[in-house]
Amino acid sequence: MALDKSDVQSIAYLARMAISEEDVPAYAENLTSILTLVEQMSAVDTSGVEPMAHPLEMAQRLREDVVTEENRRDHFQQYAPAVENGLFLVPRVIE
Amino acid sequence: MHNKTIAELAAGLRAGEFTSEELTRAFIERIKAHDDRLNSYITVTEEQALAQAREADQRIAAGTAGPLTGVPLAHKDIFCTDGVRTSCASKMLDPFIAPYDATVVRKFREAGAVMLGKTNMDEFAMGSSNETSFYGPVKNPWDLGAVPGGSSGGSAAAVAARLAPGATGTDTGGSIRQPAALCGITGLKPTYGRVSRYGMIAFASSLDQAGPMARTAEDCALMLGAMAGFDERDSTCAEQLVDDYICGLNNDLKGLRIGLPKEYFGEGLDAEVAGAVEAAVDEYKKLGAEVVEISLPNTNLAVPTYYVVAPAECSSNLSRMDGVRFGYRCEEPKDLEDLYKRSRGEGFGPEVKRRIMVGAYALSSGYYDAYYLKAQKLRHLISDDFKKAFEQVDVIMGPTAPTPAFNLGEKKDDPVAMYLADIYTIAVNLAGLPGISVPCGFVGKRPVGLQIIGNYFDEARLLNVAHKYQQATDWHLRTPEGF
Repeated sequence: MALDKSDVQSIAYLARMAISEEDVPAYAENLTSILTLVEQMSAVDTSGVEPMAHPLEMAQRLREDVVTEENRRDHFQQYAPAVENGLFLVPRVIE
Repeated sequence: MHNKTIAELAAGLRAGEFTSEELTRAFIERIKAHDDRLNSYITVTEEQALAQAREADQRIAAGTAGPLTGVPLAHKDIFCTDGVRTSCASKMLDPFIAPYDATVVRKFREAGAVMLGKTNMDEFAMGSSNETSFYGPVKNPWDLGAVPGGSSGGSAAAVAARLAPGATGTDTGGSIRQPAALCGITGLKPTYGRVSRYGMIAFASSLDQAGPMARTAEDCALMLGAMAGFDERDSTCAEQLVDDYICGLNNDLKGLRIGLPKEYFGEGLDAEVAGAVEAAVDEYKKLGAEVVEISLPNTNLAVPTYYVVAPAECSSNLSRMDGVRFGYRCEEPKDLEDLYKRSRGEGFGPEVKRRIMVGAYALSSGYYDAYYLKAQKLRHLISDDFKKAFEQVDVIMGPTAPTPAFNLGEKKDDPVAMYLADIYTIAVNLAGLPGISVPCGFVGKRPVGLQIIGNYFDEARLLNVAHKYQQATDWHLRTPEGF
C-alpha cells in the first residue's frame, strides 16, 4: 500500500493537522513503510476469530447516574489559552 | 546515601541514620551536578520536595510513617501533578500545569514519598529511544553515545545514574521494560488494570499501564504495593485485591516451570544478548527451576498488530489536544479550523504526527475492517498463545530487547527499525499480561535485560522470581562510571 502526497494531505485533514508542503514526501514514505509492516496481518486467516476489545475480557463497570464531581471551572480554566466570563474563546465561527 | 536501595533508605530513615530532608537534598544536589549530561529530568521540583521531606520527617518522628515515607522518587512526566507542569515531553503540553494529581501520584503522596521532579520521556510515550522528546534526548548513563531506551527513558536513566532511587514509568508496548533493560535497572509492567490510569495522559487506552522502575525487584515490590489497587476513577481498573508483594519475595524456586519461547531466540537476536539471557536461565536451573521449550506461534504478528491498535487509539485520545481548552495554541488563527490544524501541526512532533495519521487512516471509512478489526482479531490469537503456554509453565523468559542500547540517532529516521526494538515486549501489552525486566549482563559497556512474563495478576510471583535471581547475582548492583 503506497501512499502518495494527496493521500497524506487527506489523512492530515482527517486528523486536523497542518503538515507543511515540504514535509509531505517524507510522511508519504514513512507512512507507506509503516503500512507495509502492518500488511503482514493480512497473511493470517482470522475467519471465526472474535475481535478482542479488552485484555481481560471485562465488562464495562456501570454506576448510578448521579453527580460525583464538583464544579471546578475556574480552577480548570486558569491554564486555558483564552477564556472570558467562564467561556473558552475561539475565532468567530458564525458571521 | 544515593547508592542505597529504596528498602535500605526506608530502613535508614526509620532508624534515624538520616532525615528525609537530608536525603532529598542529597538527591537534588546529585541532579544538579550530573543531569546536564543525561537530560533525564524535565522539571525538578526542589521546593515542593523539601516541603514534602520535612512533612515526612514529622511523620517518621510521630511514628505514623509507612514503608515509603520520606523516600524520594521521580514521576514520569506523563502523570498529572497538581500545580506542576505536566508536559508529556510535548510542545503541545509545554504550557500545561495539571489541575489535579493522577491517582498514582496521589497514592505516593499519601504514602509520604517525596517527589523529586518529572522525568523526560518520548513525546506522549511514543518512541523506544527517548529521542522524540520536545526537551531533547536522554543519554544512557552507561554510555553517553547510546540511547536509554523509551519511552520511560528519563526514569530509567535517572534510576541507573542514582539521580532517584526509584521512578514511575508507563508501558504501552515495552516503555518500562525496554528502557529498564537498556539502562541496567529493574522495571515492572503490571497486568492491565492493576494500577489506575486516572491522570495518566492516555496514549493507547487498552494497552497503557503504569509500573515501578527501581534498581531491585524488592524496591519494585515496595513501589507496586503503593501504586496498585482499584480506583473508581478508572473504568478499566481491576476490582482485585492487591497482594502483599514483599512477603513472598524469598519463596523457594524449586520446581518453578520456566518456558522459553523458541520464537524469542531466533533471527534478529544479538548473539551476546542471547548468551547473557541463556546464562541467566542457567542460574535459574541452579535455583531448582525446570526449563521447557514452548512456542508462541503468532509472535511475528505482534508488531504489525500493535502498529494498528496503538495508533488507532492514539489518534482518538489525542484529538482532545485542540488548542482550545489547554496546552499550546497557534498564533493568530484565522478561523476555527485553522486553529485546530496549526495548533496540532505546530504542537506535535513528527513521530506523534505519524502515529496519529496511521490511526486516522486505519479508522477511516472503508479501512476499518481491514486494519482495526483485523488487528483486534489477531490480538485474540496472540493472547491465546500465552493462555496455552501458561497451562504448561509458571513464567516465560527471554530477552527484553533484541539488542543492547543502540547509538543516539541510529534509528531516528527509520520508524519501522525503531518499532522492531520492541519485538519481545509488545505482545505482553496486547495480551494484558505482567512482565518484568531484570539486569542480566552486559555487551561491552551496555546492559542486557532478562524479561520474565507472568500470568494475569501474578506480579507477586514475578517479583519473587526476579528477587531470587538478584540474591544470587550482582548485575543489578553495578553502577555506571562517572555517576
